[in-house]
Amino acid sequence: MQASAVEIRNVNKFYGPFQALKDVDLSVPAGKVTCLIGPSGSGKSTLLRCINFLEEYDSGEIRIDGRLIGYDAPGRKMSGRALREMRRSIGMVFQQFNLWPHMSARENVAEGLIRVRGLSKTEAGARAAEALAKVGLADKMDNHPSRLSGGQQQRVAIARAIAMEPRLMLFDEPTSALDPELVGEVLTVMKTLAAEGMTMVVVTHEMGFAAHVADRVAFMERGELVAADTPDRILHQPQDPRIQSFLRTYHERNSF
Amino acid sequence: MDLLSQYGPALLRGFGYTVLCWALGTVFGMALGLVIALLRHYGPRWLCWVLQVYIEVIRGTPFLVQLFVLYYGGPLIGLRLDALPAGLLGLTIYGSPYFAEIFRAGFRAVPLGQLEAARAIGMTEAAIVRRILLPLSLVSALPALINFSIILTKETVILSIITVPELMYQVSRMSTETFRYVEANLVLALFFWGLVEAISRLGRRFEARITKHLIERT
Repeated sequence: MQASAVEIRNVNKFYGPFQALKDVDLSVPAGKVTCLIGPSGSGKSTLLRCINFLEEYDSGEIRIDGRLIGYDAPGRKMSGRALREMRRSIGMVFQQFNLWPHMSARENVAEGLIRVRGLSKTEAGARAAEALAKVGLADKMDNHPSRLSGGQQQRVAIARAIAMEPRLMLFDEPTSALDPELVGEVLTVMKTLAAEGMTMVVVTHEMGFAAHVADRVAFMERGELVAADTPDRILHQPQDPRIQSFLRTYHERNSF
Repeated sequence: MDLLSQYGPALLRGFGYTVLCWALGTVFGMALGLVIALLRHYGPRWLCWVLQVYIEVIRGTPFLVQLFVLYYGGPLIGLRLDALPAGLLGLTIYGSPYFAEIFRAGFRAVPLGQLEAARAIGMTEAAIVRRILLPLSLVSALPALINFSIILTKETVILSIITVPELMYQVSRMSTETFRYVEANLVLALFFWGLVEAISRLGRRFEARITKHLIERT
């Protein structure tokens, strides 16, 4: 029996009358890469954002290493302090990078180490430099985001997350806002992380990444988790007609 | 020339008071406005509503009337202030709702994602306000803040009504004593023009500094 880093059970989420997540169940194995795929509006990003409670789910349970996130008990929200404590060990990378534009790359990475981990400025600066070197940006440390390409900005964002030494990394369409020629450098960094045994949940439209790097692929549609299985069984031998139709559209759009 | 030697020191002293009233009124008004904006942003709904009423009332009444109520009405409820403190308090209150609205607009201009990124790594809301929300909202709010500070320079003349010895007060004295209305008011205009020019220059320099890194390189 493999240890689960994230256990999602019967999660429901409503926006008014619209149900964004319907009884979602998913286990994310520790040390593995799980990709969430599916058409836009299917609830992938919503589900991902529920994992660190940036989005509040209405019912069900999400457990990180066994601990319920967002609630002390069903219906009773956890304190801000407890939530912040849990978020410290969950890194997140956003589609729009969301770097802080008034800080240099190094300051972006050091900020959390100083404010959240309580490190001294010097110590945080040194760790930030290490994290940036790891994503290949040692020479861009003092640049502000406005002086970095999209791919470089996203790598800074990854460095910002990994500098906090998280046990789990969430990626919300990390390459969707990038020019095609910049996608590769970000995926390379993500592959390195995966190879080091980081537990990763990745919402992505990069089927190649899902096929080659993911250990598990989960397909979502209309708020439902249709299937979660090995990349091969989801991407090459899909049983469900919804997955087949999604992949057909994907292949048609990407063929020329 | 006689006029200058006779009234020059008083005019300069008056200008000193004008600058003092403006500077403190702006700083306190901005601080109060910021507190109001933050409370409306983070506070409970009822507080937000109370502050909305405060903003409407202060914005909806003339400064002169507010000052009269404070200075002459204050003693009725035990608030007995000298002219200068009353003037400063009046300016602070008068400016606060405008500053609050400017800050509110600034907050809204900060992309939600940049705040989420801070929440996602576990920063406290207080740290997020100080390190992310305020610096970033200042970028878009600064021109409006400077603009309203400039408006406030000219509101200080109203303090002469409650005998704060600022420039307008001195100019009125000079003109009623000498009947040199034109010269006196010309001096007043020149002083204000100089002050406003200095403020806008400082403002532009500050603006250039904080937006230095924010322009996308294309």
